[in-house]
Amino acid sequence: MKRLILLATTAIVVASGANAAERTKFEFWYGLTGDLGEVVAKHCQLFNQSQDKYEAVCTGQGGYDKAEQNTIAAYRSKQHPTVVQIYDAGTVNFMLSGAIYPATKFAKDYGLDIDWKAYFPGIANYYATSSGEMWSFPYNSSTAVFYWNKEAFAKIGKTEAPKTWAEFGEDLKAMKAAGVPCGFAFDFDSWMDLEQFSATNSIPLATLDNGYGGLGAELAFNKTAFVDHMKDFKSWLDAGYAKIQTKQMGKDVVQAFADGTCAATITSIANHGTVHNTQAKDLKWDVAMMPVLDAAKRTNSMVGGASLWVMEGKSKAEYEAAAAFLKYVTAPDTGEKYIAENTGYIPVTTKGYELLKSEGFYKEPKRVNRDIAIASLTASDVTPLSRGIRLGNFTSVRAELRSELEAAFTGQKDMQTAIDAVVERGNQILRRYEQTYKGVALP
Amino acid sequence: MEKRATFSNLWLAAAFIAPQMLLIFVFFYWPSGEALYWSLTLEPPFGGSNQWVGLQNFMTVFEDPKYWNSVRVSLTFAFSATVLSLAIAALLALFVDRRLPGHQVYKFTFFLPYALAAPAVGLAFRFIFSPDAGFVSVINNAFPGLWNPALNGYDAFTLIVLAQSWKMVGYNFIFFLAALQSIPRTISEAGAMDGASVLQRMRDIQLPLITPTLFFLIVINITDSFVDSFGIVDITTSGGPARATELMVYKIYTDGFQGKDYSLAAAQSIVLMVLVIALTFIQFRFVERRVHYR
Repeated sequence: MKRLILLATTAIVVASGANAAERTKFEFWYGLTGDLGEVVAKHCQLFNQSQDKYEAVCTGQGGYDKAEQNTIAAYRSKQHPTVVQIYDAGTVNFMLSGAIYPATKFAKDYGLDIDWKAYFPGIANYYATSSGEMWSFPYNSSTAVFYWNKEAFAKIGKTEAPKTWAEFGEDLKAMKAAGVPCGFAFDFDSWMDLEQFSATNSIPLATLDNGYGGLGAELAFNKTAFVDHMKDFKSWLDAGYAKIQTKQMGKDVVQAFADGTCAATITSIANHGTVHNTQAKDLKWDVAMMPVLDAAKRTNSMVGGASLWVMEGKSKAEYEAAAAFLKYVTAPDTGEKYIAENTGYIPVTTKGYELLKSEGFYKEPKRVNRDIAIASLTASDVTPLSRGIRLGNFTSVRAELRSELEAAFTGQKDMQTAIDAVVERGNQILRRYEQTYKGVALP
Repeated sequence: MEKRATFSNLWLAAAFIAPQMLLIFVFFYWPSGEALYWSLTLEPPFGGSNQWVGLQNFMTVFEDPKYWNSVRVSLTFAFSATVLSLAIAALLALFVDRRLPGHQVYKFTFFLPYALAAPAVGLAFRFIFSPDAGFVSVINNAFPGLWNPALNGYDAFTLIVLAQSWKMVGYNFIFFLAALQSIPRTISEAGAMDGASVLQRMRDIQLPLITPTLFFLIVINITDSFVDSFGIVDITTSGGPARATELMVYKIYTDGFQGKDYSLAAAQSIVLMVLVIALTFIQFRFVERRVHYR
C-alpha cells in the first residue's frame, strides 16, 4: 500500500514536473513523527495537488522539540522555513522571539478570511496574547481524557467512569479486591499529572495567572491540592492499585492500557486512534472526562498539541503561498476534518465540529465518544487558571518535576519535600528566563 | 648534536600545515570560542540582544547541587565503564592470543559492537533489559522487583555502564590483541620453559609488556565515556530515574537543547572541556611515568 502511494506520488511529481518549476515554493517544517508525521506529509501533498500555483516543501524534523531547536538554529543563520509547527510548550519562546509574523496580522495582510471567534475558547485563549490576539494557527489539538476498561469496572458493578478522584480511589480499592491486578497506569508526565489536574480544578500552577500576567510569575503548585493528589497516587502505588508505566519500563501508559494490563489511564485524546489500532482483541473500553476534585466545580481542561507559526523575513511571494497553504489546512473540510479523520486530534473550531457532527463522524464505532475531548475543553468558561500556562523555559520545569517525582515515588524523598524542591529550582529557571528577556514585555 | 629535517622555506611549510590548521580552527577553536563567549552572556534562543553577565552562568552552574551530582555520576561512570571494558577486553585478547580453536571467528565477532552507533546500542540494551517486556522480564517474573532500571537508580546506572563497556570492548580488544601479538613469542616461551604457568605468564610477562597500549586505551575510554555516551543515556534512561544517570554531557543537552538555555549549556560545556583536558593531562603527567615504552 505504502509503495503504491509512493509510486503514485512519484508519478504525480513527474507528470507535474513542468508545472512545478513555475510554482511558488515555500518551506514548511513539522514536528510530528511516525504515523502522525505521515498524516502531515500527506496533508502537504493534498494541498499541492489541490492547486497549481504554489508548492509547500514539507520537511519532518523528527520530533516536536527538534522542530523547535532546528527552527531556532535555522533562524540564527537565516535559513528558517516560512511556516513551522510548534508544540504548546514552545509557544512562549516564539511569542518573545521577535522572529515571527503574528497570525492575526498575517491573516489581515494576506487576505486570509479567518473567523477567530469560531475557535473553541480553550484553544483560542491558549495561543492568544494577553490582549486576546492569536499569534499562531491551531492545527492539531488535543486534551487529556480518562481511558477506562469497561470490563474491569463491570467487575465492581460500575458502568460509568468515576467523576471525582475520591470516587476513583474507591473504585481502585474495589477493583483490587475484585482481582484486577492493575487499576491505573500513570507516569511522571507533568501535562497530565500537574497541568491538566490544575486546570480542571481551577487550581493555580503559578502566580500572575499561570504566567499570562508577565514574566515575573512564580511557581505555586507546592501549596495546592496537587501535593495531596500526588500523595494519593503514591498511596495507590504502595497499595498495589496502580502501576508506573513508562517507556523505560518497556510499556508506556498507552500500551499498558491497550493490551489490558491496566484498567485505566489518563492520556491525550490523540491516542484514541492508537489504542483502537493496537488494543488487545475484545478489549472493551471507553473514554471519559478526567476525574476532578469536586464534580460540581469542573472547569475546562487545557489544550495540548501544536500550532502553525509564520516566521518573519520571507518574500511576499512566499507569504502568498503560505497564506494559501494555511487557508487550506485550517479550513473545516480540507483541514480540520482531514486531521480528525486521520488522527485522534479534535477539530479546533465550532464550524469544524459541526461539520463532523453533521456527517455522523462521531457515530462510527471507532470514534464513539471521541468528542468527549471537546466536552472537556468546553466544560466551563475559560478561567484565568484554566486558560493555559505561559511560563518561560517550561520544558525544564517539566523535567525538574519528572526527576523529583521519580525520587518521591521510589521512596527517596517525602512528596512535599520533592515538590518544594521542584518549585524552588523551577523558580530559579524562571528568574533566569526573566533576566534573559530583560526589558521585554510578554505580548 | 640532534639531527632535524627542517624546511628552509617557511612559507612552504606553512602551506603544508594550513589545511589541517584550518580544519582545527573551524571545528574546534571557533566553536569553542563561541561557546566561551556565550557562557559569559545571557543569550536568548533566537539570538539578538544578548547581555554580558560575566561569570554569572558559571556561578549558577557551580552553586547547583544537581550539577555536582552530574559530575559525580560522570566520574563514576567513566571509571566503572573503563575498568570493566578494559578488563573484559584484556581477558578476551589474552585468550584469543593463545590461538585457541576458532580464534579467527572470535577476533571478528568481538570487534563488531564498536561498529554500532551509540543510540543503536542504547536501543538494543533498552529492549533486552526492559523490566516488563525484555529478556530480563523472565528473571523479574521469578523474582519480582529484582531488576527495574526505570525506578531503581542503581539498576539504571548499571545498565548504562554495561552498554558503554559492551560498545568499547571490541575496540579495546583489537588494540590489546595487536599489542600482544607484537610481543616476541620467544619471551613467553622462555617463561614457559622456566616453568611459569599460563596465568603467571599472562600476569608477569604479557600484561607488563602491553602497558603503553593499556595507557593509550585508558585515555581513549575515559574521553569516550565523557563525550560519546549521550546516545546510550538518551535512549535507555533519559537521565533518570531521579537523575541517577544524568551525565554531564546529558545535562548539557537537556539544559541547552530542551530548555533552550544556551548560555547555561555553554558554561557547562566549557567546564566539561576543561575537565577532560585536565584528566588527560594528569594521565600523561603522572600515569604515563609508570609506562615503559619499548
